[in-house]
Amino acid sequence: MAAAVRYADVEVGTEVPAVDFAVQRVNLVRYCGASGDFNTIHWNERFATSVGLPNVIAHGMYTMAEAARVVTDWVGDPGAVVEYGVRFSSPVVVPDDGVGATLTVSGRVEEKLADNRVVVGLTATSGDAKVFSGARAVVQLA
Amino acid sequence: MPLNRDFIGRSYPASAPYEVGREKIREFATAIGDANPAYVDADAARALGHPDVIAPPTFLTVLTFRFFDESPIVDPGLGLEYSRVVHGEQRFVHHRPVRAGDRLAVTSRVADIRDAGRNELLTTQSEVTTVDSERVATVYNTLVSRGTAASAAQQEA
Repeated sequence: MAAAVRYADVEVGTEVPAVDFAVQRVNLVRYCGASGDFNTIHWNERFATSVGLPNVIAHGMYTMAEAARVVTDWVGDPGAVVEYGVRFSSPVVVPDDGVGATLTVSGRVEEKLADNRVVVGLTATSGDAKVFSGARAVVQLA
Repeated sequence: MPLNRDFIGRSYPASAPYEVGREKIREFATAIGDANPAYVDADAARALGHPDVIAPPTFLTVLTFRFFDESPIVDPGLGLEYSRVVHGEQRFVHHRPVRAGDRLAVTSRVADIRDAGRNELLTTQSEVTTVDSERVATVYNTLVSRGTAASAAQQEA
């Protein structure tokens, strides 16, 4: 593996650049097809509202995949992500209004481990909602 | 109705290997909008030290849905109502990156079922190896079964 970030160059508190992701219905439809998760709440507003949701919501796994891009774009080699976990707290609501939702993800080095590994803590928000109550990636640096 | 706790510890080996295709990796990477060349360009992946294109860190979720019909969560004896389910937690431990051409075997085990207030938490642990028993990943998935804890039923009664 060949991470573009050197362990020696990061400290606890090093910021990973924040990214805004636009989430529209078409993104969810594509993710349904690619992942095989066709749960109706991810593409059918009539059904989603009938089960008490405000609107169609993004797959938790889609938001998790977007958040990972903040880490993989930083480190260069996606194979450097040796562990990645999130706790979901609020769904990303995606209205069919031509705009959709914005998912904002930022990261910060929280801990330096042995063997050139670091823990990156991730924060993801959409509007006022905190999308994860906890999210961390263990990354193998150079 | 609370979930059947007799299911804790039960294992569900997938009925067939999953062959990781390079076009499936491309489709998945495109769907998440990720233009990292390591997912689509074998030369770029090799420059990073990988033998072939690799898959994004959350790609193995595809296996969940490939083998959905034979997973513990649809076993009627468990008593999980899918309409009550929300995704609570997900964690991937990658022993090595998933790459094109891998033939993967997956066995899911019901690791835990426990109460969390009125809800129950169902955690499955899936071991993903190659068909030659090389360890690839361990995947932890926690589903929230809303309002099915025994204490919730007592409150309603």
